[in-house]
Amino acid sequence: MTIRRTDRWLTAASPVLLLAAWEILSRAGILDPRYVPPPSAVLVRLAALTRSGELPFHLAVSVRRILAGFLLGAAPSVALGLAMGLNRTVRAALMPVVAAIYPIPKIAIYPLIIFYLGIGEASKVSIVALSIFFLVLLNTMAGVIGLDRVYFNIARAYGADARGIFSTVAWPGALPAIFTGLKLGMGFALIVIVGAELLGSDAGIGFMIWQSYQIFDVEKMFAGLLVTAVLGWGATMALDAVERRALPWRPWAQL
Amino acid sequence: MITATVRDALQRPPVAVSGLTHVFPGSREPVTALAGVSLAVRAGEFCALIGPSGCGKTTLLHILAGLITPTAGTVTVPARANGRLPTALVFQGVSTFPWFTVQQNIEYGLRLLGVPLEVRRERAARHLEQVGLAAFRDAYPHQLSEGMRQRVSIARALAVDPDVLLMDEPFANLDEQNRLLLQDELLRLWQASGKTVLFVTHSLDEAIRLADRVLIMTARPGRVKGEVVVPFVRPRDFREIRRDPAYGALSARLWDELRDEVLKAAAP
Repeated sequence: MTIRRTDRWLTAASPVLLLAAWEILSRAGILDPRYVPPPSAVLVRLAALTRSGELPFHLAVSVRRILAGFLLGAAPSVALGLAMGLNRTVRAALMPVVAAIYPIPKIAIYPLIIFYLGIGEASKVSIVALSIFFLVLLNTMAGVIGLDRVYFNIARAYGADARGIFSTVAWPGALPAIFTGLKLGMGFALIVIVGAELLGSDAGIGFMIWQSYQIFDVEKMFAGLLVTAVLGWGATMALDAVERRALPWRPWAQL
Repeated sequence: MITATVRDALQRPPVAVSGLTHVFPGSREPVTALAGVSLAVRAGEFCALIGPSGCGKTTLLHILAGLITPTAGTVTVPARANGRLPTALVFQGVSTFPWFTVQQNIEYGLRLLGVPLEVRRERAARHLEQVGLAAFRDAYPHQLSEGMRQRVSIARALAVDPDVLLMDEPFANLDEQNRLLLQDELLRLWQASGKTVLFVTHSLDEAIRLADRVLIMTARPGRVKGEVVVPFVRPRDFREIRRDPAYGALSARLWDELRDEVLKAAAP
């Protein structure tokens, strides 16, 4: 058996072993099942929550907020990032503002957003949009700036106007960096939406976890965590798939 | 100032440069890249341009391609016609767009010219065939060798049917063997198309093998110091030329002219 095969076997076995140990310890009473319920109980609970429609409802609410926030944040940040990458003047004008707002933890702005937009959907969607905005913006801008000048020169030598340079050089050239921004943003969007739902909401996965805490329903809390993990994993996989389709020209796109 | 005149190949040279001076702003003080360059390239001529590093050869080509507006002097290139460009520049080093397929790269200039899709496809196919890359139509540049990528660049330039082909050390990144192959291929394409070529190179050998006439530039600020006519007949067989005693004499003469300039360029 080669080292690589051993590694692959370990990769598959380690979570299974961990879950098995957890199951045994919890059932044997070494871990108090009231605090740490066995995985099997969490799964049973998960199935029940799915059947009752409670989980699909909360999941749908969270997914809708993330998707809407993603679209609302990504479109203007890509546009602005491209403009800042292409135009020195735009960059000089906006960079100080971006640099000042970017490092603020976005969840810290949430109370202010609730104050302005109320506790409803608008505030949830806005916080997601805001949390990805600067990541996508900065990555897009860096993607354009990092492009070899020769590509712009080729375009101009073949008579490209501003529109031609945008559509044949800046946009396709910055697309890999845009995807990097979107993938980073997805992680932040999840953190922020669950956080926002914990703080003030009446639906969503975060709300479900918080509600379970208030009635000391540990199994349901674990179920919520599991769903959040799967949601994050699924979102990453989906973005990867879109990226592979959108960027067939990258060396790793061929499998 | 670039004056586009109506092309009249019989009377006017397709490329005429006179008193061309270009000054870059520079970070500390202005840098004079070109100081009074004058030259003319005849229709259908293959003209090589050699000179020490930093003498403004690339600047000159960029001015001819319309990328840079010169500080002073006049430049005459053919007028722009429908579906064609007067000049096409083959760039140094990486010059294919990695996000376009071979076909899309070759069609690039035609796409910007607004040539209809059907015509574009057909013209690109012809040039793909010409450079022997028909089988790689849908490949991306990263899947090709450096030599193949340079073939794509040349095909892209020829696809816009330019009067003048400007080449900026197109083979500098190739190994010796591939360079020989591509030089051969370039001559074949040139002879078939009758294009006027201005070819910038560092290599004396390359200049002698390819050109009808070699222009020598001075160290910066660059101007044309002199010219050497290459007498070998066409089509040229590189192996034959090598054996010709005139080859060595020509090479020595070019080096005599160039040596001082290279030393000047290297001096602090």
